[in-house]
Amino acid sequence: MNSLINKESLTDGFAPLKTIACPDSNGHFGIYGGRYVGETLMPAILELEEAYNRITPQEKFKKELNDLLELYTGRPTPLFHAKRLSEHLKGASIYLKREDLAHTGAHKINNTLGQALLAKWMGKKKVIAETGAGQHGVATATAAALFGMECKIFMGTEDIKRQAPNVLRMELLGAQVVPVESGTGTLKDAMNEAMRYWVGAVVDTFYIIGSVAGPHPYPMMVRDFQKIIGIEARKQIMDLAGRLPDLLIACVGGGSNAMGLFFPFIDDPVEMTGVEAAGKGISSGKHAATLGEGSVGVLHGSKSYVLQDKNGQIIEAHSISAGLDYPGVGPEHALFKDIKRANYVSIDDNQALDAFKKLCMLEGIIPALESSHAIAYAMQQAPRMNKDSIIIVNLSGRGDKDLGIVSTIFK
Amino acid sequence: MKTKRIDKTFEELKQKKEKALVGFLSAGDPDLNTSLKIIESMCAAGLDIIELGIPFSDPTADGPVIQRSSARALKKGITIKTVLEMTRKIRTYSDIPIILFSYYNPIHSYGAKAFYNDSVSSGADGVLVVDLPPEESDEMTSKWPGNELALIRLIAPTTPIERMKKIAQESSGFLYLVSKTGVTGSAGLDTQEVTVNSRLLGSITNLPICVGFGISEPEDVRKIAPDVDGIVVGSAFERIIEENLNNPNLDQILGEKVSKLKAATKL
Ligand SMILES: Cc1ncc(COP(=O)(O)O)c(C=O)c1O
Repeated sequence: MNSLINKESLTDGFAPLKTIACPDSNGHFGIYGGRYVGETLMPAILELEEAYNRITPQEKFKKELNDLLELYTGRPTPLFHAKRLSEHLKGASIYLKREDLAHTGAHKINNTLGQALLAKWMGKKKVIAETGAGQHGVATATAAALFGMECKIFMGTEDIKRQAPNVLRMELLGAQVVPVESGTGTLKDAMNEAMRYWVGAVVDTFYIIGSVAGPHPYPMMVRDFQKIIGIEARKQIMDLAGRLPDLLIACVGGGSNAMGLFFPFIDDPVEMTGVEAAGKGISSGKHAATLGEGSVGVLHGSKSYVLQDKNGQIIEAHSISAGLDYPGVGPEHALFKDIKRANYVSIDDNQALDAFKKLCMLEGIIPALESSHAIAYAMQQAPRMNKDSIIIVNLSGRGDKDLGIVSTIFK
Repeated sequence: MKTKRIDKTFEELKQKKEKALVGFLSAGDPDLNTSLKIIESMCAAGLDIIELGIPFSDPTADGPVIQRSSARALKKGITIKTVLEMTRKIRTYSDIPIILFSYYNPIHSYGAKAFYNDSVSSGADGVLVVDLPPEESDEMTSKWPGNELALIRLIAPTTPIERMKKIAQESSGFLYLVSKTGVTGSAGLDTQEVTVNSRLLGSITNLPICVGFGISEPEDVRKIAPDVDGIVVGSAFERIIEENLNNPNLDQILGEKVSKLKAATKL
């Protein structure tokens, strides 16, 4: 399957695309993004930005990362035509970008290898990360093990319960999992605690943020490490179908797998839809539809849409899927929403669970609950599109980690 | 910027050969009335400057003590409006400089212009926005219709000297030197490191320098005081509040703590 995409296309991961207007030199995507952090962290993120701009364009760095992506992660990941699902829906052809087949089982590894390699080049030997579903934690712990780095992962206590297999994986990989009890014990709280820890450890510790969120340069850097998804998918669909897709669909927690898929298509006549978690339903108030229902604010170092009350206090998000259970979203998605370059919708817990079952039964693929949100939306859209249409869904991760949650519900 | 009350305070202290004792409290903790009583008692005991913390749901620069104090205040429904009402009440009996301490999101939500107008009219002297570095602060200050509110800036131990100079040039009122790389209330204060950093900062600015984060005891104050203009104490007060939530003499206990700390600021 590796011949679907030729080797030098992997190097394209860092080639400038036609439209790189964003972010500006201060990390702003329109009015969004920026660097809203305390003074203690400012020098570190300025240093990181300088290092990112200096190191990642170097041929030696690119080669080291590309070799890892190919030989360690198993890239390119396949673009799989989900024929039975497509036939079942009687509409557009659905192709799945199989990030679930990347090493560690999700797209998160693309970013953690990139950041950990950068950390290595910068001479940092300690890394930290926040995690929700545990996939970013596992991917960080994996990169840390590979590079011989000390690793601490901050994870909310609720997520530790609902994503238990990933906790064990992180520990096996030599990481220390730090439980975070504050708030609802979910992703936002884990990120708060990781940032606090970083304030104290910033002198020798690299913070590997797991999504296109956080202060500049993270949203740009994580996008750039994740855009390999879209670069590959674009080539693969041209090879398989001979044309560009009509619609791209990806779930949106912080927005990294979505941005990774979308970004290389921004200059193409291709529609893009990001799928947020509607949790128990938008009207219940218990959801994570930040772009859909939130308003402009500042959380975790950047300006974007956030879920907040009228006094600017952040509201807790809700989703069955720990990776989408977050009241913030990456600033570039906020810009895409405003300029209507992408469309953002939401899918609730039950719809995601239905899609989860369908994909298991029809394609023999057990998807992550996060990715199931994207599948569910594709299942709504495909029947409304004609048979010649093509949808690419980012299957951002595999569902092994979710068997605990799913088994209690499907009993 | 006009920073009359702040400037006057530092001048008077200089003449008396004292350093400023700056007290941080999460406004409205443990509840509005107790908080007001605590503040009155602390002012009477000799507090020189007060920082009123506007509570925030996600205080990423704060350690557990201030996180909990902020959460208690939020539970009592404290908002920017309430904090400004408190400011107004303090002004009825004291000329103490009042600095509003906030994360940016509540101010962004309130509106930068309204925040300026309402802060000035309620008698506040300055604002410190912990997650709004110089790189981003124009978006707030450009909406300020006047210059009667000082924007207090932070200098951290990680701040390189060139950056220190730039921040100092753009500042008014006083500079807040963070004593260590860590969140508020962290243990392990290194008074020698603080002294080195204070002298370095002092060599590049004429603004008063106040040092804070992790300072809790009169002995620490005595060691640091000679090299700075003021000392900020926060978590230590909040810890006392937390340990005495149902104690009717809470205001008195905090007054006594202020007296002890204040005594240590007199050279
Ligand atoms: C499989 C999978 N998909 C999606 C996400 C959501 O993150 P993002 O929106 O950054 O892709 C996560 C996060 O944990 C995940 O594990």
